[in-house]
Amino acid sequence: MKEVMALGFISALACAIGASTAGANTAYVSNEKGNTISVVDLEKMETVATVPVGERPRGITLSKDGKLLYICTSDADHIEVLDLETLKVVQVLPSGPDPELFVLSQDGTRLYIANEDNNFVTVLDLAQGVISAEIPVGVEPEGMAISPDDKIMINTSETTNMAHFVDTSTLEITDNVLVDSRPRYAEFTPDGKELWVSAEIGGTVSVIDVATRKIMEKVEFAIQGVRADTIQPVGVKITPDGKTAFVALGPANRVAVVDVASREVQDYLLVGQRVWQLAFTPDARLLVSTNGESNDVSVIDVENRKVLRSIPVGELPWGVAIR
Amino acid sequence: MRASTVMLGALILAFGLAADAGPASAQDDTADTLQVPIVYLGEQVAEPLPLSLVEPVPTDKGLAGARLGIEDNATTGRFLKHDYTLVERILPEGADLRAVAAELSAAGQTLIVADLAADRLLALADLPDMANAVILNIRAQDDALRASDCRANVFHVIPSRAMKADALGQFLVSRQWMRWVLIHGINPPDQAFAEAIRRTAKRYRAEIVEERAYGFQAGSRRSDTGEQQVREQMIKLTQRLPDYDVLVAADESEVFGEYLPYRTWDPRPVVGTQGLVPTSWHRSQEQWGGTQLQRRFTRAFNRWMLERDYAAWEAVRSIGEAVTRTNSADSVTLRNYIVSDAFELAAFKGKPLSFRKWDQQLRQPILLASPLMLVSVSPQEGFLHQRTPLDSLGHDEPDSTCRLNP
Repeated sequence: MKEVMALGFISALACAIGASTAGANTAYVSNEKGNTISVVDLEKMETVATVPVGERPRGITLSKDGKLLYICTSDADHIEVLDLETLKVVQVLPSGPDPELFVLSQDGTRLYIANEDNNFVTVLDLAQGVISAEIPVGVEPEGMAISPDDKIMINTSETTNMAHFVDTSTLEITDNVLVDSRPRYAEFTPDGKELWVSAEIGGTVSVIDVATRKIMEKVEFAIQGVRADTIQPVGVKITPDGKTAFVALGPANRVAVVDVASREVQDYLLVGQRVWQLAFTPDARLLVSTNGESNDVSVIDVENRKVLRSIPVGELPWGVAIR
Repeated sequence: MRASTVMLGALILAFGLAADAGPASAQDDTADTLQVPIVYLGEQVAEPLPLSLVEPVPTDKGLAGARLGIEDNATTGRFLKHDYTLVERILPEGADLRAVAAELSAAGQTLIVADLAADRLLALADLPDMANAVILNIRAQDDALRASDCRANVFHVIPSRAMKADALGQFLVSRQWMRWVLIHGINPPDQAFAEAIRRTAKRYRAEIVEERAYGFQAGSRRSDTGEQQVREQMIKLTQRLPDYDVLVAADESEVFGEYLPYRTWDPRPVVGTQGLVPTSWHRSQEQWGGTQLQRRFTRAFNRWMLERDYAAWEAVRSIGEAVTRTNSADSVTLRNYIVSDAFELAAFKGKPLSFRKWDQQLRQPILLASPLMLVSVSPQEGFLHQRTPLDSLGHDEPDSTCRLNP
């Protein structure tokens, strides 16, 4: 098994060397129930390939060079590495049990992995392909974020209801900030000064001041004609200019547009059913949302705040990454 | 086993970290640690066994859920210097509750998860030593406890029979299955569930076209060569009924309900206490992150999580949530927080759970499950309520005789 993996890794490197030039944007979508990754061409606006992977793929992220896709295959209890040229799984990495979501360090050398099942964040050294540490956190770790300077790693724990601040040099928790119920996702503003944490059951997004580790404000949502208890914030993405935040609202079937400076909700965009995760194209022109219940993704024009298209993908789309 | 040596190394490192996880979790620093003892109070009383031999009979039903709840609380408490302990008190049947209450009160143990029958729960709640206690009922489903017999120091975590009957009724009505036959046992709990079904039928304008009682008392769960006899009895029991859509079983005593499916005279689905059942938890529930709770439970206790386990987990987590948010272990402070608008419990039901102010019943979605599958979740689409659709289940404020926390 080890030999096969090592071979896979070498072939991954070989493929990575022969990477293609940048063309149209491609979105990769993990389908939790389908056990596949959908490859979506954002120019043609259609799914162009469906790649079978391990059981229950959820969190996904691109390598820094954009040539590999790391996949949390939760029920397979490991990370799979998909080569985006060949669309083949070229490496299997250890992750600890039930990896749900992870974040890549800014220098691209480490994956910090939330192990939903055992209350740990696993640190994976990508060069060695081995686990270098495990950090005990709260119950049901999920949301993961890394500060722009690579110094602070954030984990949110869904049942403990905290954002844990971890010093990436010592790998120890330095602070715990209590937020509302069931925190699912954490996102730094591009300047690293604020941390936005969504609370699915609490229905809010807490804006935490990174310097003082205090909640400065909570963003709340209200949509006419939509029951309050269906407004369940999950994915959060902030534009590279730091001005606008997009928040996926779960079974409310909408993505909220929030002005970062004023915390004001400016718009609600109707997307597919049970929207969870979001990703921008590298130029932040488009935003893609995964709509779990309707088995599609919505493509949003960021500047005009318009939903352009919905594109069918696999069963129960969960995560999305775009290159 | 892949890369086992690496994993072992990582685990050793992990335990090293756990023992020294920085100032936020300082475990040795007991001086300013808040102690939170939670009592699990049960009584050794005989319970009806499941009719099917396939169904295991756990001896720690309820208690296991409380133990898991304490684990979850403790993980959170580690970061806040809150130290939770579970004080397990299983009393012999008919124990002197007055003495137990005095003892608990003297020890400052007044946060109580009560695995007690309705009469014993009331007897406990009415003792002066329990006046300021927070008692969380995880067992007694009696509607009277939420009405004429409601008490300010008692919170009901387990759903009432009315909530369950409404959850089932909403589902049947939404399928247009409006003509029901009700077959009930003769023991008081069976009668109580039947009464709840009658109330639901009236509420949703369904028709109970006929009621029958079944009085046979089975001696043994084993029925070696008894299949034929059981089938004959069920056929007889369900013969010559008026035209109907669905058969509602009210057999909490586990005497005959499990025998009904496929043995009825007419081909009709069976719902109620057997067949399609309304319940606050089910082994097939994996919605809204439920998988995590199921996995934690089965790993720790080597069996499925049952409804009473879930209720005990919710009870312990409710206290944990209140302690986390108030930074207090004082029962009066916690009580006030739990009934306030600020309280919300995330419990793998896709929405925050809270206690109804007027009768202190936990409002929550009710699952409808067949033996191996989640079939639906009530409230059903279209059953609206000005406060929350969850209040369409059970006794709503206007029709409740209880007026706590006005």
